[in-house]
Amino acid sequence: MLEIHSLTKRFGPNTAVDNATFVVDRPMMIGVIGSSGAGKSTMLRMLNRLSDPTEGQILFEGKDVTALKGAAKREWHSRCAMIFQQFNLVPRLDVVSNVLHGTLNRRSTMATMFNLFPQEDIHKAIEILDRLGIAEHGPKRAEALSGGQQQRVAIARALMQDPSIILADEPIASLDPMNAQIVMEALRRIHEEDGRMVIANLHTLDTARRYCDRVIGMRHGRIVFDGTPEQLTTGIAREIYGAGADFSEAATSTEIETLDKSGSQSLEIA
Amino acid sequence: MTDATLGSASSVDTIQSAYMAQVQRRRLYGGITLLLFVALMVSGFNIADARNAGGFWDGIANIGAYPADVLSEAWEKRADLPALIVKYAPALMETINIAAVSTLIGTAGGIILSLLGTRGLARWPRLIPVFRRFSDIMRAVPEIVIALVLIFVLGGGPIPAVIAISIHTAGALAKMFSEVAENADLKPVEGLASTGATWAQRMWLGIIPQVAPNYLSYALLRFEINIRASAILGFVGAGGIGYELRNAMAWGPGRFDEAAAIFVLLFGTIVLFDQISSRYRNRLTEGANA
Repeated sequence: MLEIHSLTKRFGPNTAVDNATFVVDRPMMIGVIGSSGAGKSTMLRMLNRLSDPTEGQILFEGKDVTALKGAAKREWHSRCAMIFQQFNLVPRLDVVSNVLHGTLNRRSTMATMFNLFPQEDIHKAIEILDRLGIAEHGPKRAEALSGGQQQRVAIARALMQDPSIILADEPIASLDPMNAQIVMEALRRIHEEDGRMVIANLHTLDTARRYCDRVIGMRHGRIVFDGTPEQLTTGIAREIYGAGADFSEAATSTEIETLDKSGSQSLEIA
Repeated sequence: MTDATLGSASSVDTIQSAYMAQVQRRRLYGGITLLLFVALMVSGFNIADARNAGGFWDGIANIGAYPADVLSEAWEKRADLPALIVKYAPALMETINIAAVSTLIGTAGGIILSLLGTRGLARWPRLIPVFRRFSDIMRAVPEIVIALVLIFVLGGGPIPAVIAISIHTAGALAKMFSEVAENADLKPVEGLASTGATWAQRMWLGIIPQVAPNYLSYALLRFEINIRASAILGFVGAGGIGYELRNAMAWGPGRFDEAAAIFVLLFGTIVLFDQISSRYRNRLTEGANA
């Protein structure tokens, strides 16, 4: 379905992503882990084509995505929705309008300027918001919502695009544990109910273990681990993060339950 | 569970219809505003056209006639152009000098006015509104009005132009400078105050180094504007190339070659100074390497 062949991104003398290769044969939920600066965000941005790879190829359903230009590239953006750490909504517009931005690829600029979204799209946007439990905030300005609610609006915008792939760049890094759980569960549900592929950069190991079917570990731009959460042992995790023997998962955990089980090595696989 | 789903389904319906009503209201208001705007534009244009001496639609066909006359005559006498350009170069220098001197004086005045009119920096905080209104008035009065009055009093020449442009520049820059100074960090000023520095010393050492790149950039932009202003002031008798241009144009056919030469000089100068100053301003804002 999605094939990535020796994807490389260089910024001057620095190599952010170095020869990344992996194949995804069916829609699954993939967590990408690694320390900051490991190239996770750069890889995701290349998948969406927000930035162009220096070398390498991205194939989706046999089509070369890296070669797309202009309208075809914008169409790819719309099929490959992106969720950002800082939500990246338009703060002064209302929530429903922000969700409707998911349809911009199909709308003309003129219709956008006069805010002429069709009624069925508006209804669909509110239904998506309801699915994520925030329909009652629809008429409010996006900036009036809490971080967790804003991230769900961003997910709703992504769903409005009706994408094949949802890319999430550190979706829970700016959220408190409770909201982080709501957002991660929403992403998991989208994967399970709609069968969409979800690729999420995560900064905590236990989130990746708990929600993902497959984990990719990156270090210094290279993929150093690719397997199931079960295969991700503490030893491998230390290797991914370049950490010493004092590294413990509980120390970086954002989950509330970890407080109870900290010290033990029990792993919860949802 | 079924109850909950039913309940949420009906609430979604209410939210949907409420939001649709809101959207419809917004569209209605937007449509009315657009309609009003179009109606006002059309009626305004019709009134203006009716009051116009010649009428817009009758005159528009002749819009190319004057430039065509100038160009054809200039083309016939094209051999004289280099000589005419040399002849008018001193007048151009006068225009540029007027702009440069008035930019310098205006910038100095603008710095003083802006510092006196910025909250947190002002020497006399209670007088901030006074200095602000003073600079408002300075930039509200057009250069050409000040110049006309001064030419009446002092007689023609570059001095009235310098004074007129300086006053306008000081007022305009005071506003921009004051906005920059508002964002300046006050910690150095406090540090200097703790050493017993006077207000002028605190401003000179604490604020000016922080805001200098922005001030210089605005002053350069103002210099570009002032070259145009000083050329225009020539039309009312303030000397420089504008004066020559008016004379050449007023003579009508026969001296159009001179008008063309002056146009070439003026256009070239403005483009040149725009390019130099925009390049320099980019360097100031983006750093020397950019």
